[in-house]
Amino acid sequence: MSESRLIVPARYDRIKQICAFVVEAAEMAGLDDAAAFHCQLAVDEACTNIIEHGYEGEDKGQIEIVCHTSPELLKIDLRDQAPPFDVSQVPGPPPNPGLEDMRVGGLGVHFVKTVMDEVVYTHENGTNSLLLVKRRSAAG
Amino acid sequence: MDILTQQVKSVSVMTVKGRVDSATAPDLENALKQLVEGDKTQIVLDLKDVEYMSSAGLRAMVSTLKAVKRINGDLRLCTPSPRVAEVLRLAGLNSIFSIYPTQADAVGSF
Repeated sequence: MSESRLIVPARYDRIKQICAFVVEAAEMAGLDDAAAFHCQLAVDEACTNIIEHGYEGEDKGQIEIVCHTSPELLKIDLRDQAPPFDVSQVPGPPPNPGLEDMRVGGLGVHFVKTVMDEVVYTHENGTNSLLLVKRRSAAG
Repeated sequence: MDILTQQVKSVSVMTVKGRVDSATAPDLENALKQLVEGDKTQIVLDLKDVEYMSSAGLRAMVSTLKAVKRINGDLRLCTPSPRVAEVLRLAGLNSIFSIYPTQADAVGSF
């Protein structure tokens, strides 16, 4: 298993850089294009939540992204020092909502939970850690 | 992200190119808001060249759709790329937006 690490200021204009870093790791892990896209989407949504709900704004701290690649899977660990924010506790959108009931604000967390194989949140010694796991499909 | 807006008779056609994420979605939302504030309420959003969209882009589209529906307008989508189509499906928005296979179909639907 190999490890790569990126630390960036918590800013929305760094999301693109974070996504490129994760897609490169996904390719190293042998994930197919669809799985790499899922990793990109999940990391984008999770980092956006860290900035918006964790730090409550830009330039309030850093986000550390650690990718562990192996022949079978990609593990992405997102770490920040914002107040605890457990995305796994955020309710998903209601099923088949009408337009006026559509809460787009909760969609990001819904995407993270839907496209990744595992999502594990921990908070320890002032650091939030969101572990996202994507496994290679049998066809990949 | 690049945005090009053209007027085809009564329909405003906005073509978006590139990435729509939390850094660029506010620009898309502002561009759509300017159309609505200028009484352009029949809008087609061409997504053919959108290589990536997160929920931030969906938020801009949904807020615009709500705004134009209240004044009897509509925001209709055309030619979503496969990745954008997947995001729309994951969000359950493919039943909320009218989505057309070509820009001409979307414009002609008004």
